[in-house]
Amino acid sequence: MQETENESAATVSTKPLFEGADWNFDLVKKAYDACEEIGVGELELDIYPNVIEVITSEQMLDAYASIGLPRMYRHWSFGKHFVRDELHYRKGARALAYELVINSDPCINYIMEENSMTMHTLVLAHAAMGHNHFFKNNYLFQEWTRADAILDYLDFAKSYIARCEEQHGANAVEQVLDAAHALMQQGISRYPGANRTVSLARERERARERHLYEEQSFNDLWRTVPQMRQDNGEDGEADKPAPSSNSSQLRLPEENVLYFLEKTAPKLADWEREVLRIVRNLATYFYPQRQTKVMNEGCATWTHFHILNRLYDKGLLTEGSMLEFLHSHSSVTMQPAWNDPRYSGMNPYALGFAMMRDIERMTTEPTSEDKDWFPDIAGNGDPVGTLKRVWAEFRDDSFILQFLSPRVIREFRLFGIHDESQRPHVFVSKIHNERGYRQVRQTLSEQYCVSTIDPDLQVVEADLQGSRRLVVAHNVRNGVLLDRANCERTLYHLARLWGYRVKLIELDNETGKVLKEHENLRMP
Amino acid sequence: MQIVDRRRNPKSKSLGNRQRFLRRAKAEIKEAVRDAVKTRKVSDIDAGEEVKISSKSLREPTFSLDSKSGSRDFVLPGNTDMVVGDAIPKPPPGGGRGNKGSKEGTGEDDFVFALTREEFLDVFFEDLKLPNLVKTKLKSVKSTELTRAGYATDGPPSKLNQVRTMRNSLARRIALSRPSLAYLEKLEEELAEAEAETPVDEAKVEALRQRHARVVALRKRVAYLDPLDLKFNRHERVPKPSTQAVMFCLMDVSASMTERLKDLAKRFFILLNMFLRRHYKEVQVVFIRHTNVAQEVDEETFFTGRETGGTVISTALIEMQRVIQERYPESDWNIYAAQASDGHNFSDDMVECIDMLQTSILGQCQYFAYIEVGSIDDGPYPSSEVWDGYEQLLGENPNFAMRRVAEPGDIYPVFRNLFSEETKAKTG
Repeated sequence: MQETENESAATVSTKPLFEGADWNFDLVKKAYDACEEIGVGELELDIYPNVIEVITSEQMLDAYASIGLPRMYRHWSFGKHFVRDELHYRKGARALAYELVINSDPCINYIMEENSMTMHTLVLAHAAMGHNHFFKNNYLFQEWTRADAILDYLDFAKSYIARCEEQHGANAVEQVLDAAHALMQQGISRYPGANRTVSLARERERARERHLYEEQSFNDLWRTVPQMRQDNGEDGEADKPAPSSNSSQLRLPEENVLYFLEKTAPKLADWEREVLRIVRNLATYFYPQRQTKVMNEGCATWTHFHILNRLYDKGLLTEGSMLEFLHSHSSVTMQPAWNDPRYSGMNPYALGFAMMRDIERMTTEPTSEDKDWFPDIAGNGDPVGTLKRVWAEFRDDSFILQFLSPRVIREFRLFGIHDESQRPHVFVSKIHNERGYRQVRQTLSEQYCVSTIDPDLQVVEADLQGSRRLVVAHNVRNGVLLDRANCERTLYHLARLWGYRVKLIELDNETGKVLKEHENLRMP
Repeated sequence: MQIVDRRRNPKSKSLGNRQRFLRRAKAEIKEAVRDAVKTRKVSDIDAGEEVKISSKSLREPTFSLDSKSGSRDFVLPGNTDMVVGDAIPKPPPGGGRGNKGSKEGTGEDDFVFALTREEFLDVFFEDLKLPNLVKTKLKSVKSTELTRAGYATDGPPSKLNQVRTMRNSLARRIALSRPSLAYLEKLEEELAEAEAETPVDEAKVEALRQRHARVVALRKRVAYLDPLDLKFNRHERVPKPSTQAVMFCLMDVSASMTERLKDLAKRFFILLNMFLRRHYKEVQVVFIRHTNVAQEVDEETFFTGRETGGTVISTALIEMQRVIQERYPESDWNIYAAQASDGHNFSDDMVECIDMLQTSILGQCQYFAYIEVGSIDDGPYPSSEVWDGYEQLLGENPNFAMRRVAEPGDIYPVFRNLFSEETKAKTG
């Protein structure tokens, strides 16, 4: 960030886009066009068409509460988050984000009415250009999400859940949703090829077929047949005379617990399976976002920084606006130290922006260190092209592993800690020196790797004939067990969906030894 | 690019979520509201509340890793002077420092948020019902209200509906092809031009004249506004249940009523007042205090004024009857009464009181509640003149109830008990 700006570049005598803080639709349009001229015209960003929606703070809180998605279905937990955020906001304990952007085609950008014109310009550059480009080009988003389908799918999900509430009662739906939310992180098929992307037409068709089949095959006589018959008949797989080792038929082990339940749980009604599917699809939709926080914010922050500086150079921003922007920019990209009371983890804006700027610097003014560490990009003279390649092909962990330079490590004064839970002290294991750079980089990268931060759970056994017990295994790394209270509560939800007993075993991933067992007998 | 203004969208999109949330946390909210009544000042009970609930039923569990087991490596920013091998003592458990610690907030089980006034009162008075509502409806049919009832062809000018009238007029004029004023003017112009021409084309002028005469005649025949067009707003008198109530607060203010006892009584009165306000558009409150004489006073004097003297309850009842007769005819008003006393009365006065209640007052009232305030030191069920006397009213008068209150915390349960839907007259 110490780099000097080429601010002295020819100041053309153009009139600024706006003066003062007030905004109106014409000004926003003008500012957007100016941003687009730089973003698309000069940087050649590849973006979805933008829709800019002006909202009030209350609507922003709303959007917050429903995990950033408009048209979300109804659930009490969103209400809970709303009342909490609202209280914090009213008391001034927390400011609202300036922007909210949705990975969709067209890309929806929210701007809040009480912000100043400078902030709107910042948001347009940040979200409508930066995030938008990232959504459209990053491989994870391309692979995992369908930007053109998500809004329609949300509409479908919302109305489907509303219909379920009408038919089966709000309480019944709530129970299924609670359970599904608890298992949301286990609703993702992580391995490539296995992911099932969302297509609205297909989904709708499937839901309709399911319903139709139900109606056609409805025969009141079944009601009079003894209950056992129904238990077996409901699931196709259960009919087969399978031995207790039916794991291969059920394609176990299965890491996508929600998927497994949707397909296999014996007692679920069809609509409940559909609800699980909806939650699973949403989890999949959010999966790339969780893996690209640093990159996504880094990309957007770098983009807004570049665009606003260019606007200023072109004489389109007043000095006052520029100062307002720099003030807000530097508070967003501030990284408190670990012992600072404000510290709450690594700031993805700060780290992402610093790394993007660093890459930009390396391509144009490489030091000998850069040449040693990054021979492919140091001095290649194409900052924007390099960045765009990075944005497209990496996610947080691989990005850090590849591009965290000694310079940024020094700048952030990163150091590694080793923590053994048995000991009263933690130990500094590496610092920013020659021996430490690679280790710090490795550890930080792992810190951003979702497959190491999320517990690794798999359905390993499901007995559909005898005890009907479901067994889930937790693959324990480094002896880190599941939080017991949470685990038992979640297990209760799992058991509710499965309908029978559920057992969770925690296995050490090296020795295979059973470290702990949890069991849930289904509550009445 | 497209800019959409969403600010005008219907507000409170999250209302559905909020209601689901409130339903979910109902048990905890109820408890919190109950606590609020115990501890808060009576005067702010009417406002919205910030309630703090434990989020037991609001947990959203997930499988998460236990930060107190196993070993881990992580990276922190902002090293100042540490080198490899330095030891840092761990923060005490619960202190959210470091990467893993801060994820688990410590205050997770306490959840503070604000209820609106309506929501607060909803919870507060949930399941409570006004007794004897049926009677109210039967009784109050006497008052009526004017409501709109379509249109009439007749009526006073002040009720003329201009839009409807003009619409009819326009339709009729079009149907009967009445020439417009503009057309007439144009014709007159043409005629004038034709007449001014030299030489005058007699045939043309004559044709125009005739047409002009026809137009004028037609305009005369088809009036601009015909009595047929007139429409008037019509109103009807609709019988309307009375939505006004009067609440009588009767209190013994003799020396034996200490400040504490008065405060107990006050809390009860306030609850009753709030409760009535939820059911009636207009609630008036009449304060009658008594020693051995009774008088109607304002609220301030009622709760703070000091009096000395003996206690004769019947004086208050007489005063109440006088006020009813003077200002609140029972046909128009729903009458509620709450009487608070420490239970002392001249014993020969009780006969008169009971007689008055029996013969007239209970018949006029929707509900009459007697609250006996006392302290716990008096033992669980001290007998008192008033309590013993009133007890004989219980059986045959379903709209009479009596309860004992010894502590502020009792007020709300007692109140709920009085108005809960399955009111069974249980004493004690």
